[in-house]
Amino acid sequence: MNKQSTKPNTGFTIPDRASLAAMAEVIREHRELALGNILLLSEIPAPPFHEQRRIQEFMHRLIECGIQNCSVDDRGNGIGILPGTLGDQSILVAASADCVHDPDKDYNIAVQPGELTGYGVSDSLGISALATLPSMLDHLGIQLKSNLVLLATARSSGRGNLEGIRYFLRNFKQPLPYGICLKGSPLGRLSYTSIGMLRGDIVCTVPPEYDWTRFGAASAVMIMNQIISKIVAIPLPRKPQTSIILGSIEGGSAYDRIARKTVLKLEIRGEDAALVKQVGDEISDIVAETESESGAEVSLDIFAQREPGGIRISHPVVRSARQVMEGLDIKPLIMPSTSETSALIDQKIPAITLGLAESRGISEEQDTIDISSLHRGLAQLIGVLVALDGGAAS
Amino acid sequence: MKSLRHPPSSNPKEAKLIGSRIQEWLSTNTFHFSQFGDLRALVEAKEKLGLTISVCIPTLNEEATIGKTVVIMKSELMDRHRLIDELAVIDSGSTDKTLEVAREFGADVYLASEILPEMEPKRGKGENLWKAIHQLKGDIICYLDADIKNIHHRFVYGLVAPLIHRPEIKYVKAFYDRPLVFSEGVRPSGGGRVTEILVRPLFSLFFPELTAVIQPLSGEYAVRREVLEKIPFPIGYGVETSHLIDVYDKYGLSAFGQTDLNQRIHRNQPTADLGKMAFGILRAFLSRLKSLGMVKDLPDLSVMLRQFQARDTAYEEIEFEIREEERPPMNTIPAYRKKMGLD
Repeated sequence: MNKQSTKPNTGFTIPDRASLAAMAEVIREHRELALGNILLLSEIPAPPFHEQRRIQEFMHRLIECGIQNCSVDDRGNGIGILPGTLGDQSILVAASADCVHDPDKDYNIAVQPGELTGYGVSDSLGISALATLPSMLDHLGIQLKSNLVLLATARSSGRGNLEGIRYFLRNFKQPLPYGICLKGSPLGRLSYTSIGMLRGDIVCTVPPEYDWTRFGAASAVMIMNQIISKIVAIPLPRKPQTSIILGSIEGGSAYDRIARKTVLKLEIRGEDAALVKQVGDEISDIVAETESESGAEVSLDIFAQREPGGIRISHPVVRSARQVMEGLDIKPLIMPSTSETSALIDQKIPAITLGLAESRGISEEQDTIDISSLHRGLAQLIGVLVALDGGAAS
Repeated sequence: MKSLRHPPSSNPKEAKLIGSRIQEWLSTNTFHFSQFGDLRALVEAKEKLGLTISVCIPTLNEEATIGKTVVIMKSELMDRHRLIDELAVIDSGSTDKTLEVAREFGADVYLASEILPEMEPKRGKGENLWKAIHQLKGDIICYLDADIKNIHHRFVYGLVAPLIHRPEIKYVKAFYDRPLVFSEGVRPSGGGRVTEILVRPLFSLFFPELTAVIQPLSGEYAVRREVLEKIPFPIGYGVETSHLIDVYDKYGLSAFGQTDLNQRIHRNQPTADLGKMAFGILRAFLSRLKSLGMVKDLPDLSVMLRQFQARDTAYEEIEFEIREEERPPMNTIPAYRKKMGLD
């Protein structure tokens, strides 16, 4: 197909179906640029607070695209600005640079027809798409009127607790009327609300002088088991929706040694901030009660918090995104966010999260992205940008 | 320069002279890939000279790593920067999905047996490298092994850049040593086991200036066509060693460059396989000594490598036939001469 015929018509506020299909086709033709960025960025381990190398590579990628205005701020966020033709407003596109992954794992990615497979590849897709965006806009011949602010956030995940994007939002001087946050998958993910959340660790440590006969506990694992039993017995309302996620548990060292330490990582999520706090208080009580009953040291460390909020499904930003998705035959999967979008919502900036590709086995060593879904995911992002830039959400 | 036909003596004065020539070459012809990071400038310089560059990846059952190599080279050095003009896989007859994967991501794919079909096909990596000279179009050919896990486009631009910037350099070899961040002080710098146990001692004995090539066996190098077409190609393990000797014989040490490409992660070979490699290299080396007149009266060398394994309490011999067949210089092949208009 020649380039003339594939050039999308971006004169409409929201690109029509034919224009979106043409965009997706151009992106597919240049997919190696996107795949190259995924490989070059994803293979750099970037746990929270240690994402500098990945941010540096991100900066390098932007410079390779000819973006002159690039910098790393005091919190380690990587920022690139693609000036608009008018430049009277800015649109923020953000993705986290860090992922809560084991830095000692093998980060090599295998490239096979139709698939990319490797540890952490889905979680790194957002920053990779961010790095690819300028080249794809260039190939599509799209020049936005607005400045495009590309933000790779540091200290986002886990204990990072969105520190990077919060710092950026406090200090960025230009007004940001909209924000788009990127997540690797699933394609069709659409988040426009932030759910209330408390995230923390329960740590149970049995001191060396512990009197096993007095308390009768067999190990730190057993004590944590009692805590878990009490947590799952907490009554949770269906409305407003509230849940407790027991995300990870680790403890002990060998088959034949009594476990002296156990860590449970958990999140409380809910639509109502007061209810989330109430559940948090109940878990705090359980921890205190277990500590006094067992004689072990048990603590609850809540290190991350989100307030519920967001925009309505009828908000023009969400409506634009849904129309673009419909034009690309992407079925919206509406779900609340606890990531960058939450920080934007806290600042009253209308924001959405978009998923970019289909994947399977997220956070596992065989994490696999379906390459054939990626061009539609990127076309969706550019379609929404064109819509917002054209005033669809004004 | 002293003729290579006379092996170096143990004269201390001469040894000192060789040492100073090596030091000078190390300081002027050893590079780090980070010196060439401005790819726009590199492409501009290449275009000003009117050079074309081909990348050749010889393969045999490399489905696990070939896709990544092709994607990175195509995205960074063809789509983003037009540094390379041709990206080709030349395959020895893979039975896995190597060809499908390479083609899927945009490489030109050739079967070695279908290039110069009038010649009886031979199997070996050197055969693919040799046939690349006929099949590919570039003024410079950059060879890249397909089994590099941490492949990066620096593996190509770091090797072709000295050829673009320095017309007197004809052959640039990769070595892998220094990360961008490193601690101060002295650290060992060298090649793998076969290099340090076999090749460097041989070079020290017969071609002492070539000892300065830090990793003589690395499979990544970029060479001007005008050089490649004039040298013979052993098709087996001896190809890299023979190249170094032949290019040194024709042009001297100053024709070489070497670039530190940081680190290379690849499959580690078992010791028994290294034995086969050493056998092939030794045969090719001895054959070069003979053809250069540096040794006389070599007996007919065996093509059988004998290794041993234990089964319960008995020991068994395993024989491997390792022939170091050689292709003649490409500019002696009629089809090539016709294609290139050399007659």
